[in-house]
Amino acid sequence: MKKGMAGDRILIGSFYVMNALFAVVCLLPFVLVLTSSLSDETTLLQEGYRLFPKQWSFDAYKVLFDNDSLYRSYGITLFVTIVGTVLSILITSAISYAVSVRTLKYRNKILFFVYLTMLFNGGLVPWYILISNYLHLGNSIWVMIIPALVNPWFMFLLRNFFMTIPESLAESAKIDGANDIYILIRIILPLSLPALATISLFYALDYWNEWFRAILFIDDESKYPLQTVIIRTLSSLSFTQQMYMTATVSVPAYTIRMATVIITIGPIVFLYPFIQKYFVKGLMVGAVKG
Amino acid sequence: MQSFWNELVKNKYLYLLTLPALLYFIVFSYLPMFGIVIAFQDFSPIKGIAGSEFVGWRNFDFFFTSSDWLTVTFNTIYLNALFIVLGLIAQIAFAVMISEMFNKTFKKAIQSLTLLPYFISWPVVSMFSIAFFSTDEGLINYVLKSFGAEAINFYQDPSVWPALLVMLKIWKGTGYGIVIYLATIASIDQEIYESARMDGANRYQAIRHITLPMLTNTTILLFILAVGRIFFGDFGMIYALIGDNTLLYPTTDVIDTYVYRALRSYGDMSMSSAIGLYQSVVGFILVVITNGLVRKWNKDASLF
Repeated sequence: MKKGMAGDRILIGSFYVMNALFAVVCLLPFVLVLTSSLSDETTLLQEGYRLFPKQWSFDAYKVLFDNDSLYRSYGITLFVTIVGTVLSILITSAISYAVSVRTLKYRNKILFFVYLTMLFNGGLVPWYILISNYLHLGNSIWVMIIPALVNPWFMFLLRNFFMTIPESLAESAKIDGANDIYILIRIILPLSLPALATISLFYALDYWNEWFRAILFIDDESKYPLQTVIIRTLSSLSFTQQMYMTATVSVPAYTIRMATVIITIGPIVFLYPFIQKYFVKGLMVGAVKG
Repeated sequence: MQSFWNELVKNKYLYLLTLPALLYFIVFSYLPMFGIVIAFQDFSPIKGIAGSEFVGWRNFDFFFTSSDWLTVTFNTIYLNALFIVLGLIAQIAFAVMISEMFNKTFKKAIQSLTLLPYFISWPVVSMFSIAFFSTDEGLINYVLKSFGAEAINFYQDPSVWPALLVMLKIWKGTGYGIVIYLATIASIDQEIYESARMDGANRYQAIRHITLPMLTNTTILLFILAVGRIFFGDFGMIYALIGDNTLLYPTTDVIDTYVYRALRSYGDMSMSSAIGLYQSVVGFILVVITNGLVRKWNKDASLF
């Protein structure tokens, strides 16, 4: 018995050590990029990316904040995230509520119609041709929003939540003469704020991190969202230099790349406690209902 | 028909609420399905789908007679298999370890830190990789050199990338898996552990004979669902990390990146559409097969 206890302690102790190591590995890249972004450009080029650069400097941030293109990209990303999330939530909660009402005769047909889109699609090319040649969304920032308005998975999550609200609430409102849209807005949505917060968060993260549609459809550099700026600067340093070119100073392209990353992930890290809370809650709803 | 209209009128507001979303699915999910016909055409954007010439299986011949199709098909399945197996092992291992800890603050801190990478986009991860894996400036090579080892040319050496991709996938995805598995572990009846302890079982035995068997259902479900997607490469990851670095294609090019390049670089819509169709059909068959398996395993867990 005593021997077993000692064994237990060693085992659990090693669990603590391994988890602490993994947690450090998870955090390290964030710290390294932060210190690199605060490093002097020449120091970075000579020494490389270090957790403690010899020479610190704010040059990269100075260049970024003195330049219009960062504000523009930030504005685009913010616009896409806010407008996209609001539209997505409106459309998603509307259909989710309708198919959660048990007396709706065709609700299973509608659910299947949506479900099928999760299993099979026409592939990248027909989708690309539709958006660029028929809907003419190329080079418009709406291409960041419209082709991703409804996520079927989030629709199922929200519907599962709506189904937990007692039917009697809607029924008594109906007897008083309210119509379904009124019931949704005045009764159901106010009762669902935590679920709406979770789904909004899912959508907002997707919009914030979206870049695929931008590299496919947006060629105009003045319409790049933040993530696309990162993708472009990844493949070419000259793109960075040209983007922030001024007559007077040379462009610290290496540290600018790192500073752009810090500015892009800033809001996510800043809001992380909130994000984590609602995200984990949302996962639980999904996990229970499968 | 009469009853159909009656139902529509009776619940007109509810059906009205479904309209915007249904319109979205019709346009962005169902319309493109008809576009599959492009795979059998010599498609020209000017002539459009209606006016382009029908060429039968020629676009497929072109892809399947080149050696590329074997490489990208192999890479897609091989990398996904590595991601699935090693990813699940990491998730289970860390979730079990966390569940064994007593210190609540420590537990919370670990969960917060491990979930953080999940919210970061792959382009950002790719920038992280540059700071670590650059040949001259990267942190890894600095550490290697200070131990007297040879520097590795990460961005020119395709052989190291399967391992690197797996590491990055685990780095980014484990926190998410921990949440799922910790929920499953929390639902295990504590009395089972209690009586095992009374019988003199130590923690290792409790993990081996209680916790791990209890995770089998969740694991098999996650495994089968992932296998259903094995034919679809993680485009966001591979493209953000590898980009247009041709040196690394031999081990990293997957069907999705190949289709994207065929479309964007060569502008060959018909051929990329043909490859996309090949992927969709094989992928769909896999989804149906795996769903059948899930159904056999646990009827409630199956998707349809």
